Amino acid sequence: MLETKDILETINMIDNENLDVRTITMGISLIDCIDSDIDRACDKIYDKICMYAKDLVKTGEDITREYGIPIINKRISVTPISIIAGVCQTQKILKFAKALDRAADTLGVNFIGGYSALVEKGFAAGDYALIESIPEALSVTEKVCSSVNIGSTKAGINMDAVKMMGKTVVDTAKLTSDNNCIGAAKLVTFCNAVQDNPFMAGAFHGVGEADCVINVGVSGPGVVRAALEKADCKDITEVADLVKKTAFKITRMGQLVAQQASSRLSVPFGIVDLSLAPTPAVGDSVAHILEEMGLEICGCHGTTAALALLNDAVKKGGVMASSHVGGLSGAFIPVSEDQGMINAVKKGALDITKLEAMTAVCSVGLDMLVIPGDVTPETVSAIIADEAAIGMVNSKTTAVRVIPAIGHEAGDELNFGGLLGKGPVMPLRYGSAEKFINLGGRLPAPMQSLKN
Amino acid sequence: MKAVITVLGKDSVGILSKVSTACAEVGVNIIEVTQSVLQDMFAMIMLAEIGSASVNFEELSKKLDKVGEENNLKIHVMHEDIFNSMHKI
Repeated sequence: MLETKDILETINMIDNENLDVRTITMGISLIDCIDSDIDRACDKIYDKICMYAKDLVKTGEDITREYGIPIINKRISVTPISIIAGVCQTQKILKFAKALDRAADTLGVNFIGGYSALVEKGFAAGDYALIESIPEALSVTEKVCSSVNIGSTKAGINMDAVKMMGKTVVDTAKLTSDNNCIGAAKLVTFCNAVQDNPFMAGAFHGVGEADCVINVGVSGPGVVRAALEKADCKDITEVADLVKKTAFKITRMGQLVAQQASSRLSVPFGIVDLSLAPTPAVGDSVAHILEEMGLEICGCHGTTAALALLNDAVKKGGVMASSHVGGLSGAFIPVSEDQGMINAVKKGALDITKLEAMTAVCSVGLDMLVIPGDVTPETVSAIIADEAAIGMVNSKTTAVRVIPAIGHEAGDELNFGGLLGKGPVMPLRYGSAEKFINLGGRLPAPMQSLKN
Repeated sequence: MKAVITVLGKDSVGILSKVSTACAEVGVNIIEVTQSVLQDMFAMIMLAEIGSASVNFEELSKKLDKVGEENNLKIHVMHEDIFNSMHKI
């Protein structure tokens, strides 16, 4: 028989501590949809996605009912569209975004990712056209998410792409300025992008992946915080052990959901992404975990060390709980989606430089930062270059998802609603990197790339 | 298929009987019951075989939700695998 305390613990985690499976993401390859006629390609894409994912939402709901685990999002990731668009790049590439959006609407998923390009070493056919179309694509669609990989430890950083992305981010914000600049919240610029990430906005289905897979992203910052609160740990080793044990339980749940979804949909199981992904809900904050460890406020000195411990312990606990771990796996620090982070920014404890340091030890990068609307494209490029350098040198994924708040300045607030939350506009550092960014070219790969 | 039915709430007369009657009405066989009362909080956990029940999982869940609402109790019906996978290696 099961232990009463275990059963009650699980129920308490779900009812009171926001334990959930954040997303079931079906990755679908679109390689076989390539066609020199863009309309025919779009039809093939729509048909394939709708056929493969027709039961995705229902299956997610069935699992939620039977197991009592909330599955918040059902999503789809596809092959980077720039690859599909290569043979028809002279045509109106925007049609691909609309086809993806239509498929997402038909299926009832809340996001579809993969309006993407991988240009870490250079631009291939379709890459330029796709990146140039991103601002409009994100303004005329609702559910399409876009990402561009501009650097990697192996290839270095494509500074021409970095320059393009600065402009792309600002233009996207401008085109959606009547709707809280939300387009920029659906655009991620990566270094060392992973091919099996189930989380948006950066999910795409890598070219090395199978035709169709199920990836699951678990969550649970609230559970970790509550466990620390109850435990009264004597030293930091106990804290790490407790986080590991909690991460193990959370990931086991994710593994169960992934296996169930995979067998019910007859689609191979890809990976479980064991990330602590905060939501704006009270008590579901990564910042609050750090504060529970003994920091007065997230962002004070000591925050980077606490986050490093958290990120590492989550991985160590989770890795044994799942047969395949992948994606981003670690702690997320999206400012606007985390009540503790928002508070810390408002109180002046957390700024962009501290966040940048934090990204060196956690699983993502500068995420969901609202920045002043008068920011220049070159400054956004420089922010991207800094983050990419951290990722490149440390052989880890980093990303930038900043939202220029058009018409707003530091101290104002943008409210995106839902899971994207709301964020105060954060001031940037003084000085221009315009000349540096305009140099262009390729930033050479570091010594770490020569492992062979 | 086995389900874990948990009943949480303020202690009152006849909780066990109401929940088990509702289960019996739809052919759910209760295999094990543990219950405890801490101060005046009532916690009951039942392991039930629902494979031969006359209703599906969703309907059973709704039926017990209704019993819960009528008696001011929180009733969860969950597949046992969730607990096995979270708490056993």
